[in-house]
Amino acid sequence: MCGIVGLFIKNPEMEADLGKHLSHMLAEMSDRGPDSAGAAIYHDPVKAGHAKVTVLADGEDYPWDTLSQELQQAFGGEAAIAVHRDHAVLKIPAQAGDVQNWLLQNHAELRINSAGETIEIFKGKGSPVDFIDNFKLAGFSGTHALGHTRMATESAITTEHSHPFSTGLDLCLVHNGSLSNHNRLRQELRKRGIRFQTDNDSEVAAGYLAWRLQEGDSLDQALENALDKLDGFYTFAIGSKDGFAVVVDPIGCKPAVMAETDDWAAMASEFRAIATLPGVDNARIWEPTPAKIYSWRRGEQ
Amino acid sequence: MITFDLKNNKVRNLNQSLHDSSSDNADFLVTNPNGKHSVAVAAMYATNITIDGHVGYYCAGMNQQAAVTVKGNAGSGLAENMMSGSVRVTGNASQYCAATAHGGMVVIEGDTAARCGISMKGVDIVVGGSVGHMSAFMAQSGRFVICGDAGDALGDSLYEARIYVGGEVKSLGADCIEKPMLAEHQAELKSLLKLAGMGAVDSSTFKRYGSQRKLYHFNIDHAGEY
Repeated sequence: MCGIVGLFIKNPEMEADLGKHLSHMLAEMSDRGPDSAGAAIYHDPVKAGHAKVTVLADGEDYPWDTLSQELQQAFGGEAAIAVHRDHAVLKIPAQAGDVQNWLLQNHAELRINSAGETIEIFKGKGSPVDFIDNFKLAGFSGTHALGHTRMATESAITTEHSHPFSTGLDLCLVHNGSLSNHNRLRQELRKRGIRFQTDNDSEVAAGYLAWRLQEGDSLDQALENALDKLDGFYTFAIGSKDGFAVVVDPIGCKPAVMAETDDWAAMASEFRAIATLPGVDNARIWEPTPAKIYSWRRGEQ
Repeated sequence: MITFDLKNNKVRNLNQSLHDSSSDNADFLVTNPNGKHSVAVAAMYATNITIDGHVGYYCAGMNQQAAVTVKGNAGSGLAENMMSGSVRVTGNASQYCAATAHGGMVVIEGDTAARCGISMKGVDIVVGGSVGHMSAFMAQSGRFVICGDAGDALGDSLYEARIYVGGEVKSLGADCIEKPMLAEHQAELKSLLKLAGMGAVDSSTFKRYGSQRKLYHFNIDHAGEY
């Protein structure tokens, strides 16, 4: 089944409460996905010339201090590391691609959840409510966020298989549904240089979008192409550095509700996840039309 | 008037009261539904149930006799398998509204998503706005009025339900055809609109759709396709 949520803040005054609202939304979707949960939060952009990379270790006893020293040796004294249980957010004075390559070569035991300038992705196996507490999600401020509660149908229940999936810089995707042509498409995308970390179908959707964006598509164009290329059932919510988008497949089996006020735009698998947002009583509320792309971008309202 | 505030009372308690014969003819007000599922399911008596806000899935399913009003939007599966009574939604309804419903009337003042009236078995449905794709799929009997537009594949594999559409039909499903609008159909449409509280809608431009009845029997000419 799975539950997905997304919140895009339009009024800067609300940015401080992003995590609080995301937590409520995600907790409300626990019934739809009790196996695992995850969130992507766009906040606190790094300085120019720096990269932000979120990594995931096998356990909470990972020697982060050693990693921190190695990073400082490799990239200079400005390398910073913030540990969140088995995750760490690295801020490095280097190109994101170089940091990713260095990690792959020197620390293949770490999973790279996300890379870019603003994105941070956290995920965990088990109850979404525990996940929200463990990562103190309610305390995050930021501009936009996506969340996912998973009821696995297609691949294993592990932290790595949890959403959101990110395969491009500052890009991530959460998915409710299942894709049927992901194996063939994954092969094609690997040939084009897209790296995959799991056998999960949703990661392929994220990889496809990353590839289209590399090829010069806008996010909307990439989604138009995805409608043509991806076979299966899906509601996707997608985040980029400054954008947020939602699309439902042409058959339209998977649920989604959207709402918008002057202050925010939100989507969720069910209305109850949106019901606690401030001003929802006066929000425009609608169900996305199948195969229609809804998108928001910062600075364009 | 019996009030259930779903902020601090359970949906199950509400539904139990609706099954309880001592509540016959009582009026219910349900507040703070906040998108909860299964609100006012299987009401069994002639009560008035007003739900003040948006509801989640399966609201008013299996309804008998009760008149349910949702002042807001409804999620998937509204009035599924309803037997009698009425359900009114002042906003929009999500997918497969009034699926397999046997009787009574469902009124949606706004739009519905895909598959409205799928496999309807005798219910009357009146939608003030538009309906999504595959609406009235395998509809068996009952009347279905759409004041706005219909999405793709309206009435696919239709049996005997009668469909009236005021706006545009994006496409008709297999075996669904436009049929002549006779005086008896115009009268039926008018009475349905009036019952739905939409008597002011101009019914003169509506078109009627129904089954071509070509799928009823095995066609020997198609034997090679199996």
